[in-house]
Amino acid sequence: MDGLLEEFFDLDIIADMFPGLVTEAMKNTLVFTFFSFVGGIVLGMVLALMRLSRSRALRWPAAVYIDVLRGLPALLTIVFIGFGLPIATGIRFPFPTYTPGCLALSLVYGAYMAETLRAGIEAVPPGQMEAARSLGMPHRTAMRRVIVPQAFRIVIPPLTNELLALFKDTSLLAVLGTLAGGKEILKFSRDLVNVRANTSPLVAGGLAYLVITLPMLRLVGRLEARSRPAR
Amino acid sequence: MIIVEGLRKSFGAVEVLRGIDLAVAEREVVCVIGPSGSGKSTLLRCINRLEEPTAGRVVVGGVDVTAPKVDIDKVRTSMGMVFQSFNLFPHKDALGNVTLALETVLRMDRAAAEARGREKLAAVGLEGKERSYPNQLSGGQQQRVAIARALVMKPKVMLFDEVTSALDPELVGEVLGVMRDLADKGMTMVVVTHEMGFAREVADRVVFMDDGVIVEQGPPADVLGSPTHERTQSFLSKVL
Ligand SMILES: Nc1ncnc2c1ncn2[C@@H]1O[C@H](COP(=O)(O)OP(=O)(O)OP(=O)(O)O)[C@@H](O)[C@H]1O
Ligand SMILES: [Mg+2]
Repeated sequence: MDGLLEEFFDLDIIADMFPGLVTEAMKNTLVFTFFSFVGGIVLGMVLALMRLSRSRALRWPAAVYIDVLRGLPALLTIVFIGFGLPIATGIRFPFPTYTPGCLALSLVYGAYMAETLRAGIEAVPPGQMEAARSLGMPHRTAMRRVIVPQAFRIVIPPLTNELLALFKDTSLLAVLGTLAGGKEILKFSRDLVNVRANTSPLVAGGLAYLVITLPMLRLVGRLEARSRPAR
Repeated sequence: MIIVEGLRKSFGAVEVLRGIDLAVAEREVVCVIGPSGSGKSTLLRCINRLEEPTAGRVVVGGVDVTAPKVDIDKVRTSMGMVFQSFNLFPHKDALGNVTLALETVLRMDRAAAEARGREKLAAVGLEGKERSYPNQLSGGQQQRVAIARALVMKPKVMLFDEVTSALDPELVGEVLGVMRDLADKGMTMVVVTHEMGFAREVADRVVFMDDGVIVEQGPPADVLGSPTHERTQSFLSKVL
């Protein structure tokens, strides 16, 4: 029993992880999450509008992209962007790990968010578009000022869910290797597991995730409950 | 003011409008009545081209709405439409609903738009409700906001599609009152309605539609009082 406790909860080892666990690992996880979420939502919005466009030439490339990226393991995309692309093309990313990592996650999550946003836009009652158009608003204006703001409200719960999934999936970026100071929580913890030959850092890393994810899970639950009676 | 010629509209294989001819003069109030599914809404929606007519022509204020190259957004600013289900923008308060098109379509600045918006809200009896959101308003109030939202564009024509059908009975009067005022002020109006009392008192002309055609039309006293067509008679006997 003592052996187990020491293997998983060695407080000395865990204490040694500070402040790096917060100032480096959690910070980097949040940085990856932030940029990937922003990138993903911008890409997702563009893809969603393309999928809803009246032009086939816009619709089907978006549909193919969304299906392919959702059909691939995120890890494959990350490895492809992080290693495959530089080898194949000679591109050297500025800010290694950060740029390819956020780019890959944006590409993956853009596909997921596109579907969420499209569903949100389609859930806005058609009468809204008609009312806007009947006032003389061009289609684009009606989209921007009437439909999309309502769609965003509808998709706040599922989008928060995706943010949560993205937050956890930044751990996949551990495969990209790192510069000094660039490790996110999983990489940071795992490397310490190797150094200390003890599992406690991984437990501490897990707790670091939970500190963020558990409140977010509660938030998602509340948001979903709140949006239910309205619809 | 409105000329409809040979208007036809099909949804797939179903022809919903089967040749409609209708002319509405300036300042005229035309009430359109008829059984459910007869094509009343579709007719209104073809007039501002929310529906694309299959054949025929619609001319509003001298502009051929059905011409392929027409700037439909521009034409629509001269036509207000009010819907059965209000269709207010739920993310905007009453004033925001009324000013959105002023700002985005007519490019008025915020202050001027709000001044005109407040004035219109007051005109439909909603002074003090500027900052209320649609879900904080009664159905009758919401529908009056919707009317103000259309009127604020200074349209030449107003189209009403069963605007009181979704209202609790005690709220119908306030909306009809606003419409009656509007008619008295000389607005050109096409009103699809089941309110026979309103049609009788306010309409200059009543049009009875059935099965995609205009069966009978004339002064309210004639069409509602002594209809000549059997279909009109049987419809009226059911609603009165
Ligand atoms: N978008 C559409 N697609 C297919 N059919 C439609 C569409 N819109 C209307 N219709 C059909 O056209 C017919 C006429 O509809 P319309 O809404 O114009 O009737 P209405 O006279 O307004 O009836 P109500 O009094 O019920 O509002 C109906 O049979 C309806 O099912
Ligand atoms: Mg109708």
